[in-house]
Amino acid sequence: MTQNDITVLAAERPDFAAIAAWIPRGASVLDLGCGDGSLLRYLKKTRAVRGYGVEISDLDIVSCIANGVNVIQDDLESGLEDFEDGSFDFVILSQTLQATRYTEALIREMLRVGREGIVSFPNFGYWKNRLCVLRGNMPVSSELPYQWYDTPNVHLCTLHDFEMFCDRYQVAILDRRVMTGEREVNLLPNLLGSTAVYRFQRGV
Amino acid sequence: MILSEPLGIVSAQCAQFDTPLIFRSGAVLPRYELVYETYGKLNADKSNAILVCHALSGHHHVAGYYADDTKNIGWWDNMVGSGKPINTNKFFVLGLNNLGGCHGSTGPSSIDPQTGQPYGANFPVITVEDWVASQARLADLLGIRQFAAVIGGSLGGMQALQWSLTFPERVRHVLAIAAAPHLTAQNIAFNDVARSAILSDPDFHGGNFYRHHVVPTRGLRLARMLGHITYLSDDVMADKFGRELRDGKFNYSYEIEFEIESYLRYQGDKFASYFDANTYLLMTKALDYFDPAHDFGGDLNQAFARAQADFLVISFTTDWRFSPERAREIVRPLLHNRRNVSYAEITSTHGHDSFLMEHPHYFDVVRAYLDNVAGEFAA
Repeated sequence: MTQNDITVLAAERPDFAAIAAWIPRGASVLDLGCGDGSLLRYLKKTRAVRGYGVEISDLDIVSCIANGVNVIQDDLESGLEDFEDGSFDFVILSQTLQATRYTEALIREMLRVGREGIVSFPNFGYWKNRLCVLRGNMPVSSELPYQWYDTPNVHLCTLHDFEMFCDRYQVAILDRRVMTGEREVNLLPNLLGSTAVYRFQRGV
Repeated sequence: MILSEPLGIVSAQCAQFDTPLIFRSGAVLPRYELVYETYGKLNADKSNAILVCHALSGHHHVAGYYADDTKNIGWWDNMVGSGKPINTNKFFVLGLNNLGGCHGSTGPSSIDPQTGQPYGANFPVITVEDWVASQARLADLLGIRQFAAVIGGSLGGMQALQWSLTFPERVRHVLAIAAAPHLTAQNIAFNDVARSAILSDPDFHGGNFYRHHVVPTRGLRLARMLGHITYLSDDVMADKFGRELRDGKFNYSYEIEFEIESYLRYQGDKFASYFDANTYLLMTKALDYFDPAHDFGGDLNQAFARAQADFLVISFTTDWRFSPERAREIVRPLLHNRRNVSYAEITSTHGHDSFLMEHPHYFDVVRAYLDNVAGEFAA
């Protein structure tokens, strides 16, 4: 991966840079739903992480292997039984949360296997999404590129929803970054931010 | 699909070893021969060598064909060759017939120089560790200090795993395909029935049938028929044979009626016509004994603590002999020991035999992995 690739990736996936900013050099990382391994490759290059991806798609398995990323073919929804308690510094779920069926169980598994969890997801409360619904249609955008009938997303949520979820299930939020494109959003994030990234650990 | 050239004409070679080999059982073989074939060119620093380990009935003829026998194509010719996943344009590929085999390497049917008779029942019971030790001597002879990869399916996959444990510094990558970290009671039970078929054949003569000029064909045929059932999936059998009848009707007899009976008997007869019964016994025992955790109180995590290689583990969805769940038993201790490991579960209908079949996704996985391995050394 060249410096140019890194720049291109960072521009296409602003959540990558946000995630990388939280990860110290040499950390161990498990990337759930790792796709073609882009994030792990990015973190290997920028943070020298040691990591594994978990992915179910056959095509992505070949891409990960070609990208030199360790990948374990498995279905996240059936649990992370191959991974031992506390065996990773970070367990990441990047742009996958909204497509998981058993979301609460998965977050629990993330915090069993990892010291900290990181999730990124499209904010359904973003004003453009709200406007679409007000106009009478489900939103379709670069963050939510599916029609209602072919979307893999079953658990879309807003920033507020996710924070309430964390509160209810004793998940302690450590940090949050909200973005629209590459721009960080601090004012009215649940309205003005299109993507959210959270870092969290087990609460007490 | 990348077009690939046939590997073409290949020939077998024979290496002789005069240093005694001490088996895990304590038995000693004073001297022995190993037949092997190589494909591709060994590079200047000898860093591009791949060892292909064979399974129960395999041998050194992995790919290509012989000048005087062009129909005799290697058992993994779809995988190994120019432009194929195990690419002989990049790698120097070594295949051998394991010690105890019946395709040219010293085995029970070879003449014991001390008696002038075939070893027969006197040939030592062999383990996967013993094979790896003998393979390392062949590597020494060829000047290969470290393999770029050791690759095998089934029992061959077990040898590949054992390489990472016996000689951690001599193998950079291990590809364990359709393998398991040890046999289950059910696997051993199948092997025991197969062995019983051979051992109880009156023509077996306690393993010394050579001197009686007979072959325990019936036992060997039964053993192979049973084995063959475990290599195929229920689906593929249903698909290929279903309840098809040869005559299209019930004959109310014990002759061959169903197509599956005809197929199994054909496979059994074919196998019994060339395979050595003692070799079959040895191979199944090597399978039964394989258990790297055995010396570590059953703890596979501890067993794999020695490994230094990177791993690719592959399983097939319909393989019920070594199911995907068994392959994950290999993956877990590698994760525990923080080895580089990737795991692919290939959707295939062909059961355990899938590892020998051409399958685009399976081949893409192996190709992608080995292309990166090839990137690690200068051409």
